[in-house]
Amino acid sequence: MDPTTLSMLELASALEARSLSSVEAVRASLDRVERLDGRVKAFLHVDRPGALAQAEASDRRRASGTPAGPLDGVPVGLKDLFLTEGLPTTAGSRILEGFIAPYDATVVKLLKAAGLPLLGKLNMDEFAMGSSTENSGYFPTRNPWNLDLSPGGSSGGSAAAVAARMAFGALGTDTGGSIRQPAALTGIVGLKPTYGRVSRFGVVAFASSLDQVGPMTRTVADCAALLQILAVPDPRDSTSNPEVAPDYRAELEGGVRGMKLGLPREYFELPGMDPEVRAAVEAATSALQKQGASLVPVSLPHTRYALATYYLIAPAEASSNLARYDGVRYGLRAFGAKNLLQMYGQTRDQGFGLEVKRRIMLGTYALSAGYYDAYYLKAQKVRTLIKRDFEEAFASVDAVLSPTSPTAAFRIGEKVSDPLAMYLNDVFTLPCNLAGLPGMSLPCGFTRAGLPIGLQILGRPWDEARVLRIGRAFEREHDFHRRAPTGVGG
Amino acid sequence: MSVSDFQPVIGLEVHGQLLTKSKIFCGCSTEFGAPPNAHTCAVCLGMPGVLPVLNAQVVEFAIRAGRALGCRINPVSIWARKNYFYPDLPKGYQISQYDLPLCEHGGLAIDTDAGPRTVRIRRIHLEEDAGKNVHDPGGGESLVDLNRSGVPLVEIVSEPDLRSSAEAVEYLKALRDILVYLEVNDGNLEEGSFRCDANVSVMRKNATEYGTRVELKNINSFRFVQKAIDYEIDRQVELIESGRKVALETRLYDAVKGETRSMRSKEEAHDYRYFPEPDLPPLRIPPGLVERIEKELPELPRAKLERFEKEYGLSAYDAKILVADRALADFFEQVAKAYGGPAKKLANWFTGELLRLLKEAGTALSALRFGPPQLAALLKMVDAGELSNNAAKDVFAELFHTGREPKDIAQEKGLIQVQDTGAVDAAVDAVLSANPGEVEKYRAGKKQVFGFLVGQVMRAMKGKGNPALVNAALKARLGE
Repeated sequence: MDPTTLSMLELASALEARSLSSVEAVRASLDRVERLDGRVKAFLHVDRPGALAQAEASDRRRASGTPAGPLDGVPVGLKDLFLTEGLPTTAGSRILEGFIAPYDATVVKLLKAAGLPLLGKLNMDEFAMGSSTENSGYFPTRNPWNLDLSPGGSSGGSAAAVAARMAFGALGTDTGGSIRQPAALTGIVGLKPTYGRVSRFGVVAFASSLDQVGPMTRTVADCAALLQILAVPDPRDSTSNPEVAPDYRAELEGGVRGMKLGLPREYFELPGMDPEVRAAVEAATSALQKQGASLVPVSLPHTRYALATYYLIAPAEASSNLARYDGVRYGLRAFGAKNLLQMYGQTRDQGFGLEVKRRIMLGTYALSAGYYDAYYLKAQKVRTLIKRDFEEAFASVDAVLSPTSPTAAFRIGEKVSDPLAMYLNDVFTLPCNLAGLPGMSLPCGFTRAGLPIGLQILGRPWDEARVLRIGRAFEREHDFHRRAPTGVGG
Repeated sequence: MSVSDFQPVIGLEVHGQLLTKSKIFCGCSTEFGAPPNAHTCAVCLGMPGVLPVLNAQVVEFAIRAGRALGCRINPVSIWARKNYFYPDLPKGYQISQYDLPLCEHGGLAIDTDAGPRTVRIRRIHLEEDAGKNVHDPGGGESLVDLNRSGVPLVEIVSEPDLRSSAEAVEYLKALRDILVYLEVNDGNLEEGSFRCDANVSVMRKNATEYGTRVELKNINSFRFVQKAIDYEIDRQVELIESGRKVALETRLYDAVKGETRSMRSKEEAHDYRYFPEPDLPPLRIPPGLVERIEKELPELPRAKLERFEKEYGLSAYDAKILVADRALADFFEQVAKAYGGPAKKLANWFTGELLRLLKEAGTALSALRFGPPQLAALLKMVDAGELSNNAAKDVFAELFHTGREPKDIAQEKGLIQVQDTGAVDAAVDAVLSANPGEVEKYRAGKKQVFGFLVGQVMRAMKGKGNPALVNAALKARLGE
């Protein structure tokens, strides 16, 4: 049996039953990386010796009957935004080329403590800025369903690695849709938890008030199991929720009977939406209705301001967060500069890509004296209105359903020269970050061209359990998540 | 026209390092003088991915300062990022407070030529310190030491209520004394743990609007504060009198040349792009905390000064010397209690012998080898006539260096005065019978001889005779 066809929980059962070893699972993953990743280009760095050593340790724990947790021995990959002690951590940027992380991010520590071997670091849009992984400072990642297409972004490497079965699961980050959109475009499950649910300590910051870490997996149950490891209060992150997370698998199979699911009018009225996407999502909502949920139209009137709001707040925070890449202490330093100012300028010019520079400029402008009130402050006010829209909607519904992305996967190069078209990819996912809500994407169909389509489920703050339960209810009666990607061989 | 036609207007911004053991947003030590970058971690080095976690002690210290300076403590205040590039600023921004600081609307009483006056304090906010750039004197390289990066600071901003450089110095000294009393700052200007920037402008005496303000930086002693402000006042008055304008700018004080020079103009001023720090929730002060801290506030220098004058009957001069150091004042009160004698006499010992020896030995009060009971015992011996004043000074010097009991020292040195009247009488008899000629002269009216006779008795007693007893015995025997 090829272990890579298993879900994380299926592999965990096999490890538990000792019918497979973690070393076998890691070898199978690494072999697949070797075979496929020359074409997919999901990995920036593969840690073969590290992963194998962790797998051996896991097998010893399993053998002695002392597993570190239910997923002990299940190999996963990390978006290259997570600091991982002793491993390169580039955030997809040339400015951090060769940077070896001096410490482990809290989530990396948690994964290690739970016994999950770490396969390596996955490609991404530089500093998580992008929706196609084309903004990687190294190379674009390709969609395993069709190698001419983008896997989405910014966690495109994570999505592609999971979809192509090179990793059993992966961690991504989501600032405006960077977990959910690539999950949708590659036919996997991706969840952005409530802001504060998972520690951001050791995660290279893009936009601190929006960034959130989440699991990317092949099934909803895997997603719940991986989230369980990550959702731990962290005293090193002052925005982390100090409350202990519930058991995400306790009510996973509870179904949707009696639930009220909101359909936001504004999301379905978007002119640029692909009719095939709309049809698939409508079919999915009907399926949930058949299972006993009631569908309720809701209104999120400030949705149309979400994109503008996001592109003021996120770049503003990014312009400050990225100031530390100045060539002084670590990462790239341009040589030959005549003075300090030139050293700064040349380092940042050489180290940052076009999109990162664009956003630093946008953000610097939005925070400048004389413009702050008109841009940043106003954006914060609109953000409050968007949050309030959801509060009102959640007064009458248990969750909100929508497409994850207005279209299925697009061609590499198609939107690179049109940043606005690229930004529109995130129109359904951004409001969730602005409101700090949990949101998940899961496969809900395919286009005629055979490309996956994602259903987005948004929940109340801290209500990940219900989001997962709804997703699981849908997944149980469909097999979209079982299909193997067509762009790469088996 | 001259300087006297102008009214200087001065406001001060003081940065005080808070005396916490660890930094404001990480666990690194704040100890001064360690090898470069010894007290650093991923957080204060500004590594990718790090997040700040607030040190609660910092907030308590700032509230202490805020309440001692009569400020309102805002139940919710906001952290902000101040963005600028400099190699000693590892994150490219400083975490500070901007729109809503922790403390606001306080005041500090100072003495001026026209009597006591309250200088209003606009705000006190918390922030982290930057590191320091070290320049290779050869000009080759610049190095960065981040030991100070993340050390907690309070910035105390006064209203423009000061009217002369002398008032500015008075304000700074009073402020420093309070912070040191509160044990939140060590008041050390040279090490930079108490730093001051001055905003200086001048206006014609009949004017109703302030003149253009100049910010002075790099003033690291009280003397320089006075000199820099005076230089700046003269410079501004000269500009105005010659028909030119004062430019809105930041100027550096050059202590060597004794002048200020332009550092950056208004056009070159940084746009710090302040915005709320997303990595830290608003600072919420838990109910009851301010009240608890208030209860624990020590008596402040001004109140203590008044009390010392009243309670101990000390001169303002003595009281000021004693109160200048909280530990010295506390020690004085402890000795006063153990001694019970006249406080003025005790104060003389403090301002004289004790401070002199402390200074000579370079010893801190906290390192004294003796306690209040020893010093009290010494003074009591003087009062009882067992020690002469001069002998007491010898004993005190020994006490200061060894911490041994004064009685033991005095006995060992043979300084105890003989109190036994029998012994005195015997010595007097012996001296009188050995000097019949002198006795004759005395009785014939040559009263100066009395002093000679006293000297002979004291010599006979090897200096240990109590002078009062010797006098009385001699007079009695000579028939007076």
